[in-house]
Amino acid sequence: MSGFVGDWHALLILVVAGFLPNEVWRMVGLWFGGGVDEGSEVLVWVRAVATAILAGVIAQILVQPPGALASVPDWLRHGAVAAGVVVFLATKRSIFAGVLCGEIVMVAGKWWLG
Amino acid sequence: MPLPPLDSTRWQSPVRAFAWGVSAVTSTVLALVLFATYLGIGALAHDSHFSLLWALLSTLLIWAGPAQIILISTLGSGATVLQAAVAVTLSAIRLFPMVVSVLPLLRTPQTKRRHLVLATHFIAVTLWVECYRLLPQVPRERRIAFVHGLGCGLVLVCLTATALGYGLAANLPQLFAAAILLLTPLAFLLSTARNSKQLSDILALVLGLALYPVVAAFNTGVDILISGVAAGTVAYGAHWWRKRA
Repeated sequence: MSGFVGDWHALLILVVAGFLPNEVWRMVGLWFGGGVDEGSEVLVWVRAVATAILAGVIAQILVQPPGALASVPDWLRHGAVAAGVVVFLATKRSIFAGVLCGEIVMVAGKWWLG
Repeated sequence: MPLPPLDSTRWQSPVRAFAWGVSAVTSTVLALVLFATYLGIGALAHDSHFSLLWALLSTLLIWAGPAQIILISTLGSGATVLQAAVAVTLSAIRLFPMVVSVLPLLRTPQTKRRHLVLATHFIAVTLWVECYRLLPQVPRERRIAFVHGLGCGLVLVCLTATALGYGLAANLPQLFAAAILLLTPLAFLLSTARNSKQLSDILALVLGLALYPVVAAFNTGVDILISGVAAGTVAYGAHWWRKRA
């Protein structure tokens, strides 16, 4: 079972660096949320920073790809995502169509390259 | 499956309200996006050398896709626990306004805070969107049970997808494993773009994408934080400046 469980250290890190930071903000919302205006300027900034951090992680996965994704050439990876974005915009923001198109471009490109 | 009308006797039992919540999972296209996203997260966890239990617990306990990929990719690329925790904490602040805006929909005058703890844990972007769509069709006194059902249903979908993605990444030929890993950036990029309504959100997304490769060239160890806080603040500045003008 050691393969399934992994090491306990990593599970502890999951709780400290993953579970607690998220749960704390949820519970802060539950306990102190009554008086906060949803449209306040601080929350606009918070949302912008949270969005930009997520954008950075998306860029990180594309620029420094993990595992099997690293076997796909840079131009094809970026081209596939660009194609997905174009289709997303062309289909009145259909996430499904965009994701599907990006995937098809990458798989077809990789298959064609052999 | 359509929900029964508000005054139907079928809403009298909380157990049934829970069941309606679970079955509402099948009524949303977002569940499909969520499934694809968590396939990607499972695959990412595998290729970043985390265990399957770790991946499943991250879905169950963190229950926020962006935080999970930030945690997996920062730890996987060698960041310290503190750096990962700071990045996750900053990304998690966005849960706060979601909780603040959803809870008033669930409360009745008799509701105690402890009744809302589990529902609060389930709040993340998908549940937040679905609450606005579905809760007006649910009688107020059954909304907590309904949200518990909806939350459990979504968690179950995501746990299944996490395990499946993890297993596929381990066993599929490289081409398909790469395709599953590509789901994460694609699904997050497009669903974030879709949720970006204000100028500041769209700018933050575009600037954040553009700035990260530049900052990463300096190898600071906190690249994600620097590019995120900088791009987000510039985007907010543009919003502030436009509002003032």
